[in-house]
Amino acid sequence: MDILITGILLGGTYALIAMGLNLQYGVARIMNLANGEILVAGGYFAFIAYTSTQLSPILTIFLVAPLAFVLNWLIYRLMLQPLVNRAKNRGQLETDSILATFGLSFIGVGLMLSFFGGDYFSYSFMAVPVELLGNTYGANRVLSFVMAVLICGALYVWLNRSRSGLSIRAIATAPASARLVGIDVKELSALAFALGGAVTAVGGALISTYLTLDASTGVVFTLKALIIVIMGGVGDVRGTIVAALLLGVLETVVASLLDPGLTLAAAYVMFLGVLLFRPQGLFGKKAT
Amino acid sequence: MKLTGRDIRNLVLAAVAFAICALLPLGDSGYWLGLGVTVAMFTTLATSWALFSGPTHYISLATAAFFGVGTYVTGLGIELLPFWALVGLAGVIGAVLAALVGLATLRLSGVYFVIFTLGLAELVRQVITWVQNNTGQKGLYVLTDLDEAGIYWWLLGLAAAVFLMGWLIGRSRLGFALRIIGDDETVAAHSGINTALAKVMLFMVPGAVAAMTGAILAPRYVYIEPSLAFAPILSFQVVIMALLGGASRLWGPLVGVIPFTFLLETVSSNFPNQTTLVIGIAFLVIVYFLPNGFVGLLDKLLNTIKAREGA
Amino acid sequence: MNRRPFLKLVSALTIASALAANAASAENIRIGAVAPKTGPLAGGAAVTQWPSIKLWVNQINEAGGLMVDGEKMMIDLIEYDDQTNPGETIKAVQRLATQDDAHFIIAPYGTGLNLAAAPLFDRYGYPQIAVSAITDQQADLSKKFPNMFFTLGTTTALAADVVKVLSEMREAGQMGDKVAMVNVADAFGIELATAAKPLFEDAGFNIVYETSYPLGTQDLSPVIKGAAAAEPDAFIAWSYPPDTFGLTEQAMIEDLDVKAFYTAVATPFPGYGARFGAAAEGVLGAGGVNPESPAFKEYAAAHEAVTEAKPDYWASATTYASLQILAQSIEAVGLDRAEVTAHLKASTFDTILGPISFDENNSNADFWTVGQWQGGVFKGVASRGRDGTVPVILKDGWK
Repeated sequence: MDILITGILLGGTYALIAMGLNLQYGVARIMNLANGEILVAGGYFAFIAYTSTQLSPILTIFLVAPLAFVLNWLIYRLMLQPLVNRAKNRGQLETDSILATFGLSFIGVGLMLSFFGGDYFSYSFMAVPVELLGNTYGANRVLSFVMAVLICGALYVWLNRSRSGLSIRAIATAPASARLVGIDVKELSALAFALGGAVTAVGGALISTYLTLDASTGVVFTLKALIIVIMGGVGDVRGTIVAALLLGVLETVVASLLDPGLTLAAAYVMFLGVLLFRPQGLFGKKAT
Repeated sequence: MKLTGRDIRNLVLAAVAFAICALLPLGDSGYWLGLGVTVAMFTTLATSWALFSGPTHYISLATAAFFGVGTYVTGLGIELLPFWALVGLAGVIGAVLAALVGLATLRLSGVYFVIFTLGLAELVRQVITWVQNNTGQKGLYVLTDLDEAGIYWWLLGLAAAVFLMGWLIGRSRLGFALRIIGDDETVAAHSGINTALAKVMLFMVPGAVAAMTGAILAPRYVYIEPSLAFAPILSFQVVIMALLGGASRLWGPLVGVIPFTFLLETVSSNFPNQTTLVIGIAFLVIVYFLPNGFVGLLDKLLNTIKAREGA
Repeated sequence: MNRRPFLKLVSALTIASALAANAASAENIRIGAVAPKTGPLAGGAAVTQWPSIKLWVNQINEAGGLMVDGEKMMIDLIEYDDQTNPGETIKAVQRLATQDDAHFIIAPYGTGLNLAAAPLFDRYGYPQIAVSAITDQQADLSKKFPNMFFTLGTTTALAADVVKVLSEMREAGQMGDKVAMVNVADAFGIELATAAKPLFEDAGFNIVYETSYPLGTQDLSPVIKGAAAAEPDAFIAWSYPPDTFGLTEQAMIEDLDVKAFYTAVATPFPGYGARFGAAAEGVLGAGGVNPESPAFKEYAAAHEAVTEAKPDYWASATTYASLQILAQSIEAVGLDRAEVTAHLKASTFDTILGPISFDENNSNADFWTVGQWQGGVFKGVASRGRDGTVPVILKDGWK
């Protein structure tokens, strides 16, 4: 039971890491390798707000979200839209966006280094035990799990109930046909990309309450997010959540019952397994 | 196999070019030789990468995985076996590993393959460090008498082998089959080409070459740490350089590697505090203004010249 | 074939590097420094390496320079970022030696990067006073690279003194013999764990929980929970910076009940004390200094004034001491590198850590091994030949 809860809490963290990328990749078709830098930047923001003005990260996220939204909207409009327009096919867009966002991630690291320096930033926020069903867990992890549930829930409802949400899902499923039924693909892609960035940055702010970050750590989170998104199925909120939870539980089970040294190896084996038996991901649609 | 006069001329020219390159350590044993090692290393890696990715359009980010395996082969075996045997062994292990990975993943398409190969370096690294940890291995020190010039010649030899192999593949049935696969996989399958086998065989080339490169470079690093041997950045650098040059020609990656190495060198010597920032910007410039790499640029220029001459 | 763009690039490069070389004026001492500003080790280098270098150059130039052959010479610092990549370290050292014509080069940061650079320091005859390169191979390495010096101690000494501290606590009846030992599965963590295990067993300790975890593990609670279930008297983690923080936080949350709690790298960072506050009280870690010594106090104050950051309580001071050694040697024998190396081997240097000299393996035999957070300061509790060790206190809860 203890293992299960620890795993689910970790899964919540992974959902926060991956959800933004899922929107960006699933809808805007940009495999954003700079995603981790946005996450670290969100964490930086929370760190600075907390250490200089004692502003709680729970409140900081309401500042981080709109800022990250605008920033990512601009990034999409200025940097990525030209690539989308230029690409003759899906493959070329993939290559171009990998290269461009890889460059962006370097720029992100460089900017954070020159503004904040390369030191670790870590602070203690709600590092107190919470008791659940007879075992203790970090309050900050529980908090971030609750936030993950809220964010994922809100996204899910929005995507399934609202008109723009439905249009976004239409783009994710069939971009060419979506255009035919009068959906403004460009506008909504930018929206989805910006929203993904905002979710990622908020995730970063929450994660910084219990993980130690520095300017160069973004790539670690990008990798994890990519694996979760691919495993869950591109463009599917449920898939990402399930994959994140599975991964969290698997890592905790391996760490607790087998050997913590094998957690990451087990995660990659599971990733490989999923790809071998369901190449489109757990919830993905078959490629056409 | 028939060699035309043109083929012979090209071969002779290439041999002369390699011979000239091989003279570099006699001229300078310091800075320029160091850059020479870097260029030779990336030429080898990027060219072998393009041999597979050029025709198949699969972007493989597995270079770091094979490279790391190679450094570990040397690191673990340096006291047991002679160096040349380790390089060979690394090549065999790299090829076998690549075959396994290829069999498992090459039916994945596009982005799934990209992400899988990216995770592969991490997986291999985790397994190796776990084994190292549980067998009580101490740190791996590679103390040899191999100096920079020796490493350079080894790499150059490997590069020559890669070019020769690429040239032979291009002339073989395999190369022909691959070009068809690259154009249209369905057509290829219908015309009786075993697409899976062709792709797996070709994937073994960059796997073996990257492992051998790692094995050759291990003495240069002296101390083998998993986080350095399997650094994912290497995979990206190779992709960037190959694409900057152009993966469609055998010599394409070479025209990417040389300017990119000099660019990185200029950036890191002139902007020590903003190295990553400037590299990032350089990256974007390349993506936006050189979409088809230098090969594309050259083709365009040649076409313009031809058009002018025709007019 | 169009060769123009490439030729242009090469010629621009040649001009640029020529300009850079000329910019350094002839009367100044050119000191090269290469260490990570980005990549996995950047966080540690930003605390330990770069600020001390900055402070040292700043102080010498404020004082009008170093006295070389009866003449004051200012220092020009040439910095490079090696991106935590040994290939880049090699290139940067080569550039410093052959293009920038540096008089001296400060040793890189981290064991792997120092060793990658060692053949070049050796070839160009630069003395390499390594700090953050902890190894047991001093004898082999100094034979192969006679210019390489070691200051921060050996792997075995670091591990052995932890065992010694715990043995003393056990003999004083303060704790039993059950030890939980974990390590990060990366080079240094593996080396330390491998060295420590037989030492613990020989000292009669009972290792009740032993495991490793990968670098970059995001949730360390299974490790702490596993250790807690084994009910150890002491918890020892051969850890790296992010997991040092992570393990401590989990131990707080789990209220891990041990008499001794040890985490390795980054425990002496000022950020550790700042983050955990009162909960850090009694935490043991690798390294240490004598924070009460006037020399260290003066150094810490200057460090904070010049770099706006506090030094750590271990390798920062040793980094600074290695630079003091270099400066004293230059002032004694001038800019000839071979003579400086000979002088390094033969002399004793007066540093903020106390006197330092190098033995037949080019190793400094007097160094700190174990420290402990006591009253908001990380104090040395065990050392090889250093004065000012304080008694160990018991870890008493996490409040």
